[in-house]
Amino acid sequence: MSETMQQTAEPVLEIRNLSIDYPISIGTVGAVEKVSFDLYKGEALGLVGESGCGKSTLGLSILKLVRPPGKITGGQILYKGRDIVSMRDRQILKLRGQNIAMAFQNPLTSLNPLFRIDRQFLETIHQHEPGINKSEALKLAEAILEELGIEPSRLYEYPHQLSGGMRQRIMLGLGLIMNPDIIVADEPTTSLDVIVEAGFIDLLNRLRGRYNLSILLITHNLGLVAEIADRVAVMYAGKIVEIGGADKIFHDPLHPYTYGLINCVPNIRLDQEELVTMPGNPPDLVNPPAGCRFSPRCPKVMDICRVQEPELKAPAAVQGTGQLSDQTSGAGSDTARRVTACWLYQVKGAE
Amino acid sequence: MSKEALFSVRSLVKEFPVQKNLIDLLLAGRKRSVVHAVDDISFDIYKGEVLGLAGESGSGKSTTGRLLLRLIEPTDGIIEYRGRNLTAISSREMETLRAKLQIVFQDPNSSLSPRMSIGRAIGHPLRIHRMGNSGQRKDRVLELMEKIGLTPADFLYRKYPHQVSGGQAQRIVLARALVTGPEFIVADEPIAMADVSVRALILELMKQLKGEFDLTYLFITHDLATAKYLCDRIAIMYLGRIVEIGSRDELFSRPHHPYTQALLEAVPVPDPVQRRTEEMVHGEIPSAINPPAGCHFHPRCPHAMPRCSEGRPPLTEIAPRHFSACVLDS
Repeated sequence: MSETMQQTAEPVLEIRNLSIDYPISIGTVGAVEKVSFDLYKGEALGLVGESGCGKSTLGLSILKLVRPPGKITGGQILYKGRDIVSMRDRQILKLRGQNIAMAFQNPLTSLNPLFRIDRQFLETIHQHEPGINKSEALKLAEAILEELGIEPSRLYEYPHQLSGGMRQRIMLGLGLIMNPDIIVADEPTTSLDVIVEAGFIDLLNRLRGRYNLSILLITHNLGLVAEIADRVAVMYAGKIVEIGGADKIFHDPLHPYTYGLINCVPNIRLDQEELVTMPGNPPDLVNPPAGCRFSPRCPKVMDICRVQEPELKAPAAVQGTGQLSDQTSGAGSDTARRVTACWLYQVKGAE
Repeated sequence: MSKEALFSVRSLVKEFPVQKNLIDLLLAGRKRSVVHAVDDISFDIYKGEVLGLAGESGSGKSTTGRLLLRLIEPTDGIIEYRGRNLTAISSREMETLRAKLQIVFQDPNSSLSPRMSIGRAIGHPLRIHRMGNSGQRKDRVLELMEKIGLTPADFLYRKYPHQVSGGQAQRIVLARALVTGPEFIVADEPIAMADVSVRALILELMKQLKGEFDLTYLFITHDLATAKYLCDRIAIMYLGRIVEIGSRDELFSRPHHPYTQALLEAVPVPDPVQRRTEEMVHGEIPSAINPPAGCHFHPRCPHAMPRCSEGRPPLTEIAPRHFSACVLDS
């Protein structure tokens, strides 16, 4: 969206060289390895990839919710300049909900079935604002329900009395009640039917403008990403392989994995004769392949790909044209910057 | 495409009794309530086609698929397969017919026994139907594994389900369905659990196998983009009823029923340049225990009129071989 592009590029979240490991019996799974990206104020960034690529682990790490034995082994997560990785639990508790909220896949497991919705709202509000009295807090909750298109009287029902779509909206409401800057949404529509999903997408897009929210949308659903995201980061086997504006990623993907991912999905607006297929499987993350992790499956693989790992950086070819290089891009903002980790776009052996 | 009907389904009904707890029984007395999972539907499946059955969860599409193979018994109606009424034959006869009529489920891992090797699992239907001796069976399985891309076949033959990837598991399930040489396969959301890149592979494989083995598919899906990609004709179901049925081209270029229109508009398009306009239909699919009177869709329909709640609108032919069940059509 052009409005977000024209905003001054102010990152609310900077991920720097983040690595997360899961030790298992036969070794260590490098679920996320040296990942870096920024999330800017008011933008929606789609983090896409297939299952096991580390996108959900990455999402959980932002609120330090990675479960043991999973562990952040390196890097920084800077929220407005403060490093979340080195924060104490008490500080993080404050951050959760107040500044950064999470929306999960399955609202039924995220809402407490024993408590009415009002109590779940009160709990969240009191956690962050102990001074607020009950009637004021309820007013807040009613207001947010109204915004979500749910009758305020539903506040006094239990989760099982609500439909799946309503539960998902309420979960979003619980996330938004304290006015966070960032919402991390991990497959927020997977449990919803298509018409309800469409309603949820519209709602998210509406609220986003209203509250100037930054959204990190984690999903494998490319349709969902296309509907919401301004920029897209593509993950493969624990690494980010490409980041760019949503239009560019969908219409002019650079990395061969991005190309395969975008074009293997049936598109209802097209008459496709054949889908692009990517044979093979994602690699074993205990012993990842040398060089580029996609090289064993890549149709454009070169010798160097199997030996040396490409860096995530602006593509040389694009830099050469002078259209999209760092300084001249878009409205001069960093947000339009396009990077990819592929030897096809880099001067071989430059380092 | 030939017009020979492989299946003719007429007035098919399936009701499931609702399990009640003690309090409900005391309060409501002995009144029996049922879920109208499939509510009087009729359609044909032609030889060699892919018929898509699409709809939201709870629309009755999976139940319909299972009814066709009599994996569950219908409450009422006729299922004719090659002129024989499947609802009237004995279960033994039905069992022999199952060599020709197969099904593939959504989750390959729960469809495979963890204690059966891949080769044994694929060959299992041959043993059940007493086809060939053990040597012939093994040859048949290995040959099929090669064809379906389960290679190296010799190596995988001895492996177990936990040792293969999700994509391979789905291929194993497909191979098992094909091993007896069926002519009809119910594919119940075969790609819903698979990863994006695996989905494309399975879809391409299903297309290829259809040609190679001269198959007819009933393809059950909630994803209309996939239905458009694979199916020749598509039936849209809503709360146990078919609301629209027609060829892919007709249905996607001229969707007629307001529910079909809403579904099509709601599908997220994987292209940021073509974002949807805001959705006009709200609410969710109502309960199938007490479905709305008349047209089931009228409480959510943007065009609802008083007469929509008065009676069930019949499927009306609005264009050649394109039927829609809406009062606007009759």
